[in-house]
Amino acid sequence: MIRCKALTKIFGDAAALNSVDIHVRAHKTTVIMGGSGSGKTTLLRLIAGLDKPTSGEIYYGDEDFVHMSRRRLYELRQSMGMVFQYSALLNSMNVYDNVAFTLHEHSDLDEDIIHTIITMKLEQVGLRGMEHLMPSELSGGMAKRVALARAMAMDPEIIFFDEPTSGLDPISAGVITSLIHDLRIKSHHTSVVVTHDVDAGLRIADHVVLLWQGKIIAEGTADDIRHSEDARVRQFIEGRPDGPIPFSRSSTTYVDDLLHKPGTVRIEP
Amino acid sequence: MTAVISMFGRLGRSFLGMVSRLGDATSLSSASLGLLPTRPWQGRHIVIQMFNIGVGSLVIIALTGAFTGMVLALQGYYTLAKFGSESMLGAGIALAIIRELGPVLGAMMLTARAGSAITAEIGIMRVTEQIDALEMMAVNPRARIIMPRIIAATLVLPLLIALFDLIGMGAGYLVGVELLGVNPGAFIAEMQAKVTTHDINTGWIKAVAFGFLIGVICTYIGYRATPTTEGVGKATTQAVVLSSVGILMLDYILTSFYL
Ligand SMILES: Nc1ncnc2c1ncn2[C@@H]1O[C@H](COP(=O)(O)OP(=O)(O)OP(=O)(O)O)[C@@H](O)[C@H]1O
Ligand SMILES: [Mg+2]
Repeated sequence: MIRCKALTKIFGDAAALNSVDIHVRAHKTTVIMGGSGSGKTTLLRLIAGLDKPTSGEIYYGDEDFVHMSRRRLYELRQSMGMVFQYSALLNSMNVYDNVAFTLHEHSDLDEDIIHTIITMKLEQVGLRGMEHLMPSELSGGMAKRVALARAMAMDPEIIFFDEPTSGLDPISAGVITSLIHDLRIKSHHTSVVVTHDVDAGLRIADHVVLLWQGKIIAEGTADDIRHSEDARVRQFIEGRPDGPIPFSRSSTTYVDDLLHKPGTVRIEP
Repeated sequence: MTAVISMFGRLGRSFLGMVSRLGDATSLSSASLGLLPTRPWQGRHIVIQMFNIGVGSLVIIALTGAFTGMVLALQGYYTLAKFGSESMLGAGIALAIIRELGPVLGAMMLTARAGSAITAEIGIMRVTEQIDALEMMAVNPRARIIMPRIIAATLVLPLLIALFDLIGMGAGYLVGVELLGVNPGAFIAEMQAKVTTHDINTGWIKAVAFGFLIGVICTYIGYRATPTTEGVGKATTQAVVLSSVGILMLDYILTSFYL
């Protein structure tokens, strides 16, 4: 469904993504995992068209996504949904209007029908009856669920998730993970999930992509990843602090820094 | 020598930075204004913004208008009494308010009250990814966020300034006639005789121009704010400072044109 070739994104003089090839398969859940700063969000934003790559190609079917007209992009987006890391509900509107937003904007349906659709979507995420609440009155977990209902309002073909479980308690995180999984099974859309939650990621993935420093270091089914022999993959899924992936990202040595060696930052007395 | 060169280098760079931001602001605003509603019901976003911007500013506009008129009456009386022409007080107050103080002070108050809020609101929408969310929902954020606010500010400021002028002149009348004892007949008659359509038009033109300027500056700086909490704070301050300076500069230019 989506193919990316040699995607590179450079911020300043550092490459956040370095020549990444990725294939998002239709009707499957692709999970992009990796440590902090590995380029997951950057990759998701490129695939969703929120940013342009420095170089490389993205194809939706056989359409060039990078050089697409805004009009065509907006057409495509009517069949896309996105759940943002912090939900990104429009805070001037209540839950009902947030979930109904795309229907109000892009469909000519009667309000009665929209109401029925919204009731169904909210029921699916377990929030029926909360229509009148404002985003500021929702907990993080509830906001995520509203965001999920909003993303599904137009029955999209593809849904993007940025860290759907981060910042949630284990129960809410589990609920969201199951929802993502069950809804995908029921409605056959394509999902792209960015997460650093290894358990949740492996549980829902049909296909896993593991990023490290802007490059893909492993790819395959959840089982491929679980049974990988690669030391970096093992370190990541076991969450060990030491190994081939260093915890510290500093380029100078700690001792040099403490001794105020030249080329290091000094704290003036 | 190198210090001088590096100073010129820095000056040059900051000048280039300013020019490129100016270009960016112009292209963002004009692109947004190119997205004017095509169907009447889409105009509701403009109306909603007019309401948000206008209603919140009513009290502060009324208050500043009243005190401006009152202080003008005191100062004007003091000055005019030296020439024995207290009867000109009405005309003096009206001309000062309509041509100059109404538009400038009204615009300053709108900047402080609504302009800063516009910048902060858009900046927060950026931080919380609401702008990206609109984009993903196939709604152009420039059409939904920027355009209605620029139009609303341009339409609302003249109305607010008209209110400022009325209240200012009323308050000037009260202080001048009731407190300082200027002849009410002379006050009104001189006012009517000396204020021309040209003066009133000058006021309108300034009001529209200042409203547009506030809309463009405050939306642009919010939209391009660094997406962090400090970024939004800084952007808000910057929007108020730039709008205020911009208003005074534009005021000079317009006054010299329309004198
Ligand atoms: N707008 C930006 N400007 C400059 N650098 C950026 C920007 N966005 C991301 N980066 C850099 O790109 C790299 C990858 O960032 P990205 O947000 O994609 O990481 P991530 O995998 O999503 O991390 P996390 O799990 O912490 O969210 C980081 O080193 C980051 O500093
Ligand atoms: Mg991220």
